[in-house]
Amino acid sequence: MGRFRNIINIIILVALTTVGLRWLFTIILALPVAASAEAIPIDQLFDAHYWLIAFLFALIMVLMLYAVFFFTRADGDETDGPHIHGHTKLEITWTVVPFFVVMGFGIWGAVVLNEITRPKEGEMTVHVTGKQWIWSFDYPEQGGFASGELVLPVGRTIALKMNAADVIHSFWVPEFRVKQDLVPGRETMLRITPTEIGNYKLRCAEICGLNHTVMEADVRVLSADDFQAWTAEKSAAPAFSDMTPEERGAFWASAEGFGCVACHSSDGTPGVGPTWQEIYMHDVALADGSTVSADDDYIRNSILDPNSQIVSGFNPNLMPQTYLDQFTTRQQEVNAAEAIDIDIAADIIAYIKTLQ
Amino acid sequence: MRTLKILLTSALAKGLVGQAVGWALGYSFIALLRSLQGLPTPWLYEPAVAFGAITSLIGFLVAAGVLGDWLRWIVGKKTELRHGAPEGKPEWSRYFNVDYNHKVIGIQYGVTSVLVLLVGGLFAIMFRIELAQPGMQWLSNDDFNTLFSAHGIIMIASILLGVGSIVNYLVPLMIGAPDMAFPRLNAFSYWVTIPSAIIILSGMAVGGWDTGWVGYATLSLRAPLGVVLFLLGFWMNGFSSIASSLNLLVTVTTMRAKGMTLFRMPIVVWGAIAASIIQLTATQTVGVALTATVAERVLGLNFFDPAGGGNPILYQHLFWFYSHPVVYVFVLPGLAIISELLPVFTRKPLFGYRWVALSSLGIALVGFLVWAHHMFTSGMADVLRVPFMFSTMMVAIPTGVKFFSWVATMWEGKLPKNPPTPLLFVFGAISIFLIGGVTGPILGTVPTNLHLHDSYWIVGHFHATMFGGYIFPLFAAFYYWYPKVTGRMYKESLGKLHFWLMLPAFWVMSIGQMSVGLLGMRRRVADYDPALGITTTHILITLAALVIGWSVLIMVYNFISSARSQPIADPNPWRSRSPEWQIPYPVPEFNYAVPFEVVGEPYDYGLADSVYTRSIVPAPSGD
Repeated sequence: MGRFRNIINIIILVALTTVGLRWLFTIILALPVAASAEAIPIDQLFDAHYWLIAFLFALIMVLMLYAVFFFTRADGDETDGPHIHGHTKLEITWTVVPFFVVMGFGIWGAVVLNEITRPKEGEMTVHVTGKQWIWSFDYPEQGGFASGELVLPVGRTIALKMNAADVIHSFWVPEFRVKQDLVPGRETMLRITPTEIGNYKLRCAEICGLNHTVMEADVRVLSADDFQAWTAEKSAAPAFSDMTPEERGAFWASAEGFGCVACHSSDGTPGVGPTWQEIYMHDVALADGSTVSADDDYIRNSILDPNSQIVSGFNPNLMPQTYLDQFTTRQQEVNAAEAIDIDIAADIIAYIKTLQ
Repeated sequence: MRTLKILLTSALAKGLVGQAVGWALGYSFIALLRSLQGLPTPWLYEPAVAFGAITSLIGFLVAAGVLGDWLRWIVGKKTELRHGAPEGKPEWSRYFNVDYNHKVIGIQYGVTSVLVLLVGGLFAIMFRIELAQPGMQWLSNDDFNTLFSAHGIIMIASILLGVGSIVNYLVPLMIGAPDMAFPRLNAFSYWVTIPSAIIILSGMAVGGWDTGWVGYATLSLRAPLGVVLFLLGFWMNGFSSIASSLNLLVTVTTMRAKGMTLFRMPIVVWGAIAASIIQLTATQTVGVALTATVAERVLGLNFFDPAGGGNPILYQHLFWFYSHPVVYVFVLPGLAIISELLPVFTRKPLFGYRWVALSSLGIALVGFLVWAHHMFTSGMADVLRVPFMFSTMMVAIPTGVKFFSWVATMWEGKLPKNPPTPLLFVFGAISIFLIGGVTGPILGTVPTNLHLHDSYWIVGHFHATMFGGYIFPLFAAFYYWYPKVTGRMYKESLGKLHFWLMLPAFWVMSIGQMSVGLLGMRRRVADYDPALGITTTHILITLAALVIGWSVLIMVYNFISSARSQPIADPNPWRSRSPEWQIPYPVPEFNYAVPFEVVGEPYDYGLADSVYTRSIVPAPSGD
């Protein structure tokens, strides 16, 4: 077959294969449903990239397989092929054309990046805290309450201002298409504009230690009215002075409090730390071989000076050593705000007593 | 019995004993210092373990005899460049001892790389079995984290060993040199990798570590003890890269045959040069990242912990400034192997040889300018994201030059109707490196990167680039040069079986990984939500990994059993023009008994009467 015929064949095969692959990608390289405004220009870029991937893949594979099947040696032919050592114009072409293609994608990418990151009118701030291995969210503009789930109003841009308490974590909801690391020692920011009411999952996307796999939080996107109702409900949450010590203890243990539940279950489920179910006034075997009774002093000491008594089968240096300071600070705030005198450790002990 | 004696008195055995003794001495030294201060030393006290790791490296090297000649020079003694097996010992004992011949060292590198590959592969299969189904079936979170962390660094160690194998075995032969410029340094470069690997593996025994092979702060600062051994072992391995790349560059600069201008070298040498430039200059940066982390943990210095005024993102810059360019170290030799083999099998010149040669340098250069594309979500200065996006996209250009050259070489060529195994692996390499390559720009574009970063798409992308740019070409090279190294032919039917198992399995694995990543599967996680609808794909990925593992074992069996088959008669079964095929098996100790001169182009297939090299016949002595 002459060279011209071969080239025509290649062009036809590449065109067909490109379209075929692009179609195949809709099945094997599917994206999750798009649920944010940012996802729109991002998915357009995905689409364009998929076309480029399909075309480049088709181009090289068709050329290669065409050669494998058609540019073969006749039986018994031990002579060499044609002495084609190069073609400078062709080399220049396939250097310059890709240059413009990648530059084009770069410019497009820069435009989209600017669009999805720039401040938007009417945006709302939510503070995100990531710590091993739990998320918590604060709503400064709605009264300053904390939440263990990320609840957002549809159609509004949310400026997430994020802090990591210990190691690097990363915020990713696949349906929103954007991701941002949380870095200790600095605040990072991510803008998202949810467009679909629904339930999603936030899962940490940077290896953060033992329980990275399960560091997740619920994300709920509500209508404006429902969001209003939710914030009203959260802001009107009973003051600490209205709560019993047991209720306060349950709060302190939750994600909105100090996050004890990330490592200590209330129902016997094994975790990074011992379960709280049925521990009060039971015997505990310690790592140094001794046995103690889990009385009030033991529990208080376990929280405020964790490394001094490690339970057998568990590891030291995992539980934060900072609760004494954190409790003191929080106690001062709450006591001053509500003119009461709480003791957070005592509240937690009271809550633990209920877990029999 | 005699075999056992030879093994037990080998440099390897002595080195291992020396490593254990060195460790004990270093550990005890710290314990002694502490007892002089009235302090106890708890078991596995971290500073003692760290210091012990360093002294264990010295212990290995001293006991194995790697440093022997240099120590003699320090005290003014002369040494001879010993060649051949030690007195009275069989030829095979050379591979277990400190040998200065580049071919022996090349085999040592090659065999070790396969062993390490199998170990790393075993770790992968262990955690892939866990990932086949949602829920935790047999591994704890701890074990899982350590297994993927170890898998990453062990595979990288294997790749560097394999690159060392290709480069050290082939380059002197291809340029007409009797050996590398610095044979003792060459031996050192190999032997230092053994204690390094042992130290990394020991990390798994003393608590493991959960940071992945990237070891980001601040998690690295609070990870279990194993992380220190990972960091130190990784750092020590760097000395191998730096020394061997220095050796390669000096060798190629000073020891080329007469008439071998740079553009008349076999193309593999260009790949080796480009890889060596990177190794020589970038390795030091990751060394800083690793040792700074150890210093922060053990000595309390402040680099990365914000609590002490440090910056966690600094670690990432230091780390990736090396770790991006190193991926080009991994693939440039392999891509050069594709360029080397295609002309031989198509009986046509390598299309655009000069462009291909310069594209290796181009990739190496641009490769230094892209590292922060690993950090688009890191919280680094916002202004950096767009420039690194553009620089990253630029890498596609010299890479494209290679792909186009390959298909242009095949165009109108005379390929065999029944491609032999090396050629099959070349085709496989091209198809897989293509997947890896085309899934790069989507990662280099920041807005799409935000979805894909830290997902299984990344896992798919880098496995495709590694298998396509290194593993498949490495296997092609093993099959292709097997007759040169052993004088025998491997079994073609087993080679084909290996290929036809491995290629489809890899395709399934690669596409599967990208697919689950797009749908929300994160990397470095031990489990996933069944609601994501990715369980079936995970089962397929795990099965594919198992098939790949078995196919590699078929290759190992093939090479071992074929080594005992009948020697082949033809010293150049592939009819290559390359210099190493113009000499018979066994290759002499110093390669070319009669030196050759380059009088033509390396890839002038199809040009009548063209000659590449000609032996330099010594002038007859006068009467």
